Amino acid sequence: MNSSSFRSLRNGAALILIILACWQGLYWMVGDVALRSPLQTVLFTAKLLASDSFWPHVAETATAFAVALVLSVVIGLAIGFALGINRFANEVFEPMLVTAYSIPKITLYPILLLMFGLGISAKIAFGTIHGVIPVALFTISAVRNIRPVLVKSGRVIGLGPFDMVTRVLLPAAMPEIFAGLRIGFSLTLIGTLLGEMFASQRGIGFLLMNAIGLHNIDVIMALTFLLTLFAGAASTFLLYLNRRLQSPT
Amino acid sequence: MKPATLWRIGLVVALMLLLEGLCLTGFIDKLTMQPPHVMVADIVHMLVSGSLNAAIAKTLGNSAIAFGLAMIIGVAGAIGIHRFKAVRETLDPLFATYYAIPIFAFYPLLIILFGLGDAPEIFIGTMLGVVGVIVSTMNGLDRVPRVLLKTAQISGFGTLETAWRITLPYAAPYILSGAKLAVAYSLIGIIGAEFIMSSSGMGYEISFAYNNFDNATMYPLIILVLVVAGTLNAGLARWEKVLMIRRGLA
Amino acid sequence: MNMAITNVAQVSLRGVDKVFTRPGKAAEPIHALGPIDLELRRGEFFAVVGPSGCGKSTLLELIAGLSTASRGEVAFEGRPIAGKIPEGVGVVFQEDASFPWLSVVDNIAFGLRRMNLAKGEREARIERALAMMGLGPFARSFPAQLSGGMRQRVCIARTLVTEPRLILLDEPFAALDQQTRLLMGDEVLNLWRKTGATIFLITHALDEATMLADRIGVMSARPGRLIDIVETGWPKDRDSRIVQEERFGAITARLWGFLREESIKAIGKPGAGGAGGKP
Repeated sequence: MNSSSFRSLRNGAALILIILACWQGLYWMVGDVALRSPLQTVLFTAKLLASDSFWPHVAETATAFAVALVLSVVIGLAIGFALGINRFANEVFEPMLVTAYSIPKITLYPILLLMFGLGISAKIAFGTIHGVIPVALFTISAVRNIRPVLVKSGRVIGLGPFDMVTRVLLPAAMPEIFAGLRIGFSLTLIGTLLGEMFASQRGIGFLLMNAIGLHNIDVIMALTFLLTLFAGAASTFLLYLNRRLQSPT
Repeated sequence: MKPATLWRIGLVVALMLLLEGLCLTGFIDKLTMQPPHVMVADIVHMLVSGSLNAAIAKTLGNSAIAFGLAMIIGVAGAIGIHRFKAVRETLDPLFATYYAIPIFAFYPLLIILFGLGDAPEIFIGTMLGVVGVIVSTMNGLDRVPRVLLKTAQISGFGTLETAWRITLPYAAPYILSGAKLAVAYSLIGIIGAEFIMSSSGMGYEISFAYNNFDNATMYPLIILVLVVAGTLNAGLARWEKVLMIRRGLA
Repeated sequence: MNMAITNVAQVSLRGVDKVFTRPGKAAEPIHALGPIDLELRRGEFFAVVGPSGCGKSTLLELIAGLSTASRGEVAFEGRPIAGKIPEGVGVVFQEDASFPWLSVVDNIAFGLRRMNLAKGEREARIERALAMMGLGPFARSFPAQLSGGMRQRVCIARTLVTEPRLILLDEPFAALDQQTRLLMGDEVLNLWRKTGATIFLITHALDEATMLADRIGVMSARPGRLIDIVETGWPKDRDSRIVQEERFGAITARLWGFLREESIKAIGKPGAGGAGGKP
């Protein structure tokens, strides 16, 4: 293990220890009325994972999330490439995209419910609108930042349009596109969960909302812990992939 | 006016007309959405009658507080963390994965800690916005060229003066970029919290209106939030653009 | 393969003009280049020098087919180019054009994309290019791990692998330090002799032009025109030690004689300065 990955591992371990310490300290201060200790949470999470009734909810969330993610990525990349390549279209549409990124999409939730009803489609729609915009914006930037000399080289080598896109534009823009995919991943997850929190009878978001209403601290802590763990692990993994993309050694 | 702007305006107008047509012909039923012109009338009515002014004031006021806190803590935190490389390296993974964490899940905990007042939702709004500000500000601080700092040293500037005269002005566009995020996230935090568990504020009123099929109240409130967020964001973006153009970066 | 310089025009430009129109505001179009009349002889080494912003790169792009002339005709081996990049032409740019996501050997292999070669021939050519540019030990490395000079070699190797008959070099050594430049100059001469290709080099370094070229074209300030062509008359087996020749100083002085005035004119014009100052 070389020195820089040793450092990252050491820093990561330090961070986790600090968080655990703060958590435990907070628990001692606040008590059972509002928190559970790290140990209690881990034990309860294990119980939760072992119970049969938990997994259908996971399946529901996972399905909604997966579909929303695919939609976000495909639509986002398409918009990103289209606006990245065509200057005029970019001038027309980008400000609209940027504004859309900045508005609190949570306020659109009731409208989506009215449009899609109370089923899984509303959740998917909510997840997608959260994720598609950063993917598109980052892709636009990535395509426009491709160094012109790489495109010129492709032309001199005599590449046709398909080869130019797949063998030069896409690899050249990939690191920055990937950064957008990372953010799109996180935001799609949040969007899907939020969607489940408000008008669903199934899914992890529903379980969370239910627990909040019933003041069931065990479940709240366990679910938050699981979600944070999943999101954190996925995010870290994607970050690692991003770094590898930038220096493929 | 630039042709692109004209096209954009044209497209928005066309979209509005399309919605108007779909609503009036009954393709979109009244329970889902009322026609745009009715929405405009509803907005005017709501603002003029002042019935929801208290809710609007509460939400926007709390968002402003959350925004302010996120900016102050964020910029100060960024300056502090930026100085100590070890601290930054340790916290980096946290910042990178922060926005994947469902912060809303902590809301009930905060209510227990702080009671049912405005504090929990302001806390959430601030928590959501602060990391965006920290990351953007650090990005700006990273880019301050060393040669400028050396110039400051030679001119005999102390730490505070260097920060005030050189570092912060140089990092200003990046801080503004963080401010845009903070505007969005503070609104999301406050309104989201009001959706989940509150008895007042715009989030609550939107939720209440939704449950009671009261589109005449719901849509105007939603549009108001979007307009406020959009306008603030546009203003900050314009300011950022001016700064970047002056630097020859845009 | 040691081809003598024959008097067959491989590249010809007749009455070529290039005008750039600026989009958006009703700004005046920029007359970047021309009118230019030029013939490149097969197998010669031709250098172009000129002040910043005079259109040297534009000229190169016209010959490469990367850009189309507003007026006049550009022909390669007797056929007009007309916006298509002719086969048999290689280009090395000033900026690093190596693909960062490919290893050195994959970068070089990429040059053969357009060509349908048998596997054996492909591999042979890649080996030859690696050897010619001294990149053998670095075949599996990635550009990010190499110095600027090495990355340029990768780009040159990627060009060589197509066995071009005309090689265009746009200030390829501008980003390198002086000593590396001189060494690279010797290498280019070696390549020239080994491949027998015609070389068209743009440089702003007068000593580099004088050392490397058979003929040197001097361009005026914008709009760039060829105000003189200087014949160096060097033997084909020259290298960087040619700087010691008496005639070397005379040629460089003559180039500067023309250039000094043009450079002063160029500095006066807005947009001619700055990084590279190319339109």
